[in-house]
Amino acid sequence: MGPITFAVLATALVVSALTVVVHPSPVKSAMALVATLFLLAVVFVFLGAHMIAALQVIVYAGAIMVLFLFVIMLLNLSDDGAEARHRGRVVFRLGAWIGGGVLAVELSAFFLRVPFPEPATPPAGYGGAEAVATALFVDYLLPFELTSILLLVAVVGAVVLAQRRTA
Amino acid sequence: MWADAGIAAVKSLVMLLLALNLTVLLLWIERKGSALIQDRIGANRANIFGGILPFNLGIVNTLIADPIKMFTKEDVIPDGADKLLHFFGPFLAVFPVLVTFAAVPFGDVLVIGDRTINLQVADLNVGILYVLAMSGLSVYGVVLGGWATNSRWSLLGAIRGSAQMISYEIAMGLGLIGAILVFGTLDLQAIARAQGALIWGVIPAWGIIYQPLGFLIFLVAGIAETKRVPFDLPEGESELTSGYFTEYSGSKQATYMMSDFAEIVVVSALATTLFFGAWQVPYLARDGFHFPGGFALALPQLVVVVMQVASFVLKVLVLCCFQILVRWSLPRYRYDQLMDLGWKTLLPLALANVLLTATVIVLAG
Amino acid sequence: MLDQYLGVILTFGFAAVIVGVMCSASMILGAHHPTAVKQQVFECGNPPTGPARGRFSVRFYLVAILFIVFDVEVVFLYPWAIVFRRLGVPGLVEMMLFIGVLAAGLGYVWKKGALAWD
Repeated sequence: MGPITFAVLATALVVSALTVVVHPSPVKSAMALVATLFLLAVVFVFLGAHMIAALQVIVYAGAIMVLFLFVIMLLNLSDDGAEARHRGRVVFRLGAWIGGGVLAVELSAFFLRVPFPEPATPPAGYGGAEAVATALFVDYLLPFELTSILLLVAVVGAVVLAQRRTA
Repeated sequence: MWADAGIAAVKSLVMLLLALNLTVLLLWIERKGSALIQDRIGANRANIFGGILPFNLGIVNTLIADPIKMFTKEDVIPDGADKLLHFFGPFLAVFPVLVTFAAVPFGDVLVIGDRTINLQVADLNVGILYVLAMSGLSVYGVVLGGWATNSRWSLLGAIRGSAQMISYEIAMGLGLIGAILVFGTLDLQAIARAQGALIWGVIPAWGIIYQPLGFLIFLVAGIAETKRVPFDLPEGESELTSGYFTEYSGSKQATYMMSDFAEIVVVSALATTLFFGAWQVPYLARDGFHFPGGFALALPQLVVVVMQVASFVLKVLVLCCFQILVRWSLPRYRYDQLMDLGWKTLLPLALANVLLTATVIVLAG
Repeated sequence: MLDQYLGVILTFGFAAVIVGVMCSASMILGAHHPTAVKQQVFECGNPPTGPARGRFSVRFYLVAILFIVFDVEVVFLYPWAIVFRRLGVPGLVEMMLFIGVLAAGLGYVWKKGALAWD
C-alpha cells in the first residue's frame, strides 16, 4: 500500500475516531464509530486479511453497532447539553488534549526513527477464506467450541436482564 | 495499470447502470403489473408534447414525469430534525444496496485481443460475505431515517423496521449456507461457473436442484428484508402513513422508494446467482452449444457473451416480477406473526437445512 | 487479489456520486418556502404532543442481542461450509455441537417468552 493511500486512510480513521469521542450527539457519535470500524476493515484488506475484513463489517459494523443505536434510542439519550460541556470540565478536556498530543508526538518520533523491515510476502491464499477456515476448524477447534458456550451465556444474560420486574 | 482501472470503471458503470435501470423499470412493471392483477388499467394518462401521439403512454408518466416531479419538489425538513442525518438516512438506505452489485457476476468472460475480461466488477475470494456485509449496512438507512426526523411515529416505524430487517438477515445468511456447502466456495463467479456442470449428463447443475429448501428460505427472508408486502408493517401504509420515511419529501423520498426496488433487484440477483445458474444458459459453453446427445453448435464469442448477459438479466427480471406478484396477492402479516416467522420458523428450518445438507454430503462421500 | 478491490472502490465512488446527487437534488432544485405548518411533523392533523423520542419496549434490545449472537453463529458457519468436505464426519460432529448449544439458547429464549410479541 503506497504512502499516499495510507496517509489518506489513516487521516480518515483518526478523524472519525476523534469524532466518536468529541461529538456531543450520541447518535452521530455512534455513526462515526460505524465509519471507524468500516475504515478498519479497509485497513485489514490492505494487510491481506480479506476474510476478517468482511467479518468485521458483518459482525461489528453491521450487528454490534445496530445494538448500540437501539440502546441509544431506547434510552432516549439526548445530546450533551451546552452547560454540561463547559461547567468545571475545562481542566479535564485540556488535560486530555495535551496528553493525547504528547502521546502522538512520542509515537511519531519513535516510528519516524526506527527503520521497519521489509514486509514479508504472505504465502498464497493468506487471509483468504480457506486459510482462515482451516486454521479455525483444525488448529483452534477448542476455542471455537468454547465460543458457543460464551454465546449461550450472552443469550441467557440478555434474557435475564430484560425480564419484566413483575414476573 | 490505467488500462486495468479503465476496464474496472467501465464494468462498474455497466453493472450500476444495469441495476439502476432494472430498479426504474420495476417501478413501471409494478404499476402495470399490479393493474393487471387487480383487473384494472393502471397508469395511462400521460402524453408528450401536448398530445402529439395518438395514444396515451402510462410509461411516460411513471418513468419521466414522476422522477422530474420528485426531484423538483420542495425538501421539507421538520422542526427539530437533524439536518445531517436527514440527508444520510436515504443515502445509507440505497448506497450499500447499490454497492452489493460489485460482487455479482453478470457474464462469463469477454476476450478482447489478448485480454480476458471477467464480467464481474470484483472477483472477490469472499464474494458472498462482501454481499452480506453490504446488505447488513442498509439497516442504518432505516434507523437513521426514523431518528433524524423529530417524529415519534417515524421512529416507531424505524425501530420496528430495523428489528424486522435484522431478524430476517440471519435467515437469509443461513439459507445460503446450504448452497455454499454444495459448491464449496464463497467466490460468486466460481459458483456461477460450477453451475455449468451437468448432472447425469443431462440436467444443468443449478443450485435450486440441490437446495430447494434453501432457496425457499432465502427468498422468503429476502422479501421480508426488503420490507415489501406481506411484510411491510414498518411502512404500514394504512397506519403510519409511510412509517420511517413519512417526513421525507422530494428526491429523498424518491431515494427511499428506490431503495425498496433496489433491494428487490439485489435479492433477485443473489437468488439467480446461487440458485438459478447466474448467467448460465443450459448447455452453452464458451464456444457454443454442447447438447447432451452429442450435437454441438459453434457460436462466435460475442454471441455467447450477449446470450449469457441476457440470460442473467432475464432471470433477475423473472424473480423481480415474482416478488411483485407476491406483493399484490398476499395480505399483510401482523408484527408478532412476522417476528415469529423469522425467529421460530425460518431460523430452525434453515439450521435443519444446513445439518441435513451436511449429512447428505458426508454420506454421499 | 488486492487489484480486485479497485473495482470495489470505483463502485463505491460511482454509487456515492449517484446517490448523493439523488439525495441533494430537491435541496438544490426544489423551492424553499418554509411555513410553520409545513415544518410540523405529521400526526394526521393534530398538533404534535410531547417530546418525540419516548421510551420503547425492551424487546427490541433483546432482538438486537439475539441478532448479534446468531450473526456470529452464521459467521462461523461460512468458513465451516467451505472446508467441510475436507473435514468429513468429525467436522459435522463439531458443528452439530456448536449449533446444538446455540439452538439450546434459542429454545431457552423461546420458552422464557422473550420471543413473544404482545
